[in-house]
Amino acid sequence: MRDVSIIGFGQTPVGEHWELSLRHLAAQAVLAAMQDAGIERADALYVGNMLSSETSGQHHLGALVADFVGLRGIEAFRVEAACASGAAALRAGYLAVASDAADLVIVAGVEKMTDSIGNSITTALAEAADADYETPHGLSFVSINALLMRRYMYEFGVRHEDFAGFAITAHQNAVNNPYAMFRRPITKEEFVQARMIADPINLLDSSPVADGAAAVVLCPTEQARSFTDHPVRIRACEVGTDSLALHDRRDPLFLEAGYISVQKAYARAGVTPADIDLFELHDAFTIMAALSLEAAGFARRGEGVRLAMDGSIARNGRIPISTMGGLKGRGHPVGATGIYQVIEVAQQVTGRAGANQVPNARLGMAQNIGGSGATIITTILEA
Amino acid sequence: MGIPAYWRTRAQRYALVGEVCHKCGAKIFPPRDVCPECSRPASDPFTFSGRGEVYSFSTIYQPPEGFEEFVPYTVAIVKLEEGPLVTAQLTDVDPAEVHIGMPVEMVTRKLREEGEEGQIIYGYKFRPLLRNTLTPRPSGQAA
Repeated sequence: MRDVSIIGFGQTPVGEHWELSLRHLAAQAVLAAMQDAGIERADALYVGNMLSSETSGQHHLGALVADFVGLRGIEAFRVEAACASGAAALRAGYLAVASDAADLVIVAGVEKMTDSIGNSITTALAEAADADYETPHGLSFVSINALLMRRYMYEFGVRHEDFAGFAITAHQNAVNNPYAMFRRPITKEEFVQARMIADPINLLDSSPVADGAAAVVLCPTEQARSFTDHPVRIRACEVGTDSLALHDRRDPLFLEAGYISVQKAYARAGVTPADIDLFELHDAFTIMAALSLEAAGFARRGEGVRLAMDGSIARNGRIPISTMGGLKGRGHPVGATGIYQVIEVAQQVTGRAGANQVPNARLGMAQNIGGSGATIITTILEA
Repeated sequence: MGIPAYWRTRAQRYALVGEVCHKCGAKIFPPRDVCPECSRPASDPFTFSGRGEVYSFSTIYQPPEGFEEFVPYTVAIVKLEEGPLVTAQLTDVDPAEVHIGMPVEMVTRKLREEGEEGQIIYGYKFRPLLRNTLTPRPSGQAA
């Protein structure tokens, strides 16, 4: 396989883009990435997206986006893996370049969520779960995570407020990210008193519904320096899977797919958790941050939440997370999130994260989770 | 979920019919025809007792479409006494009294009314285990 690098990226601010449609969101990010990489053509375009059919009545995003960025004719298609669609598209692009099938590949993630009103977006998001045996019983996606959180609190003897550090850290880091949705800090008191969504998960445990698009450009590492002074090597991009339904898991409190993808990624990159300088994890809900830290080997089982209590996840801590706001603070336009994460790691390892720079960051990891953990994709990047 | 899909799963929704693997003995619910433990074919029907205990639970305040009339309602993962976990709503119980480990039993209840067509969909929910179901009824006595 050929070594693959990121040579450019672009992102829209995450938020409520009433003036932008799905296609124009995607086009803004792709055009920004092409400009950043200094390219006017590409061999292929892969688009990560989860919900366009439900939210915009639109499938067939590959050809659509290629056309609207002036690349009509190239290979292009959509990749879907629920909330991990962005990273799944990255995996497709990575394989295309690594396998010598393409030299110049654009990978985009896009989600347009705010056109949907009322409970329809809640219904659409629940399609990541088992449509025969979870959602017919009235489960929302939030409540599936709530079932995990309740059991975690019970088994490991922790309180809801112990998770506050995940949300507080994310919001604090979002303040300095111009692309983040919530650029204001929150307090522990606000966290504890937030409105309940699905007990015990409240509003401030949860990442927000949002619009957004992000894109990266990939090429073989040996050509990367001819495009940019800031190439970022993809040391690994690996996928693990598990059952869709929580009730089908051998142990619902352990992210088996996360463990599989992380072990494959560590092996391919030849690194260990101790080598990772920062970890952009999938904090769609605070409980997911704790479970991700455990599956990735940064904490023992039941102790992931402690990293939020003792400062380990801060930018100057042992394993900084959500350094540009995470899903909680930056926002979670689901199919785009995996690409936002990769861009944020790329910014960190090239020393271009501004006020949120993690000191001496060289090796960073991003992890994108689909559903309640059925698809987990781990990417390791190095400057 | 459309009407044909509800029809296909009627044995599961009304009677908790799953499967048993004759290779490794695993009890399987929902049925999937391939044993999740040993990956071999497993399609022999097995009817679960419907008794179990609450593994985890959550009370929903922001529902998906079609469940607005029930808010707030409590959903749970129930650990069946034969081993598998199953996802369902709890019923006939004060949400404040639900706790992990609470003994429950399956009952048949209305799940929802389906869209404009208005079909009423029934299926399993779980309620606190009634004390008098712990011992068999004397023969001849009406249920």
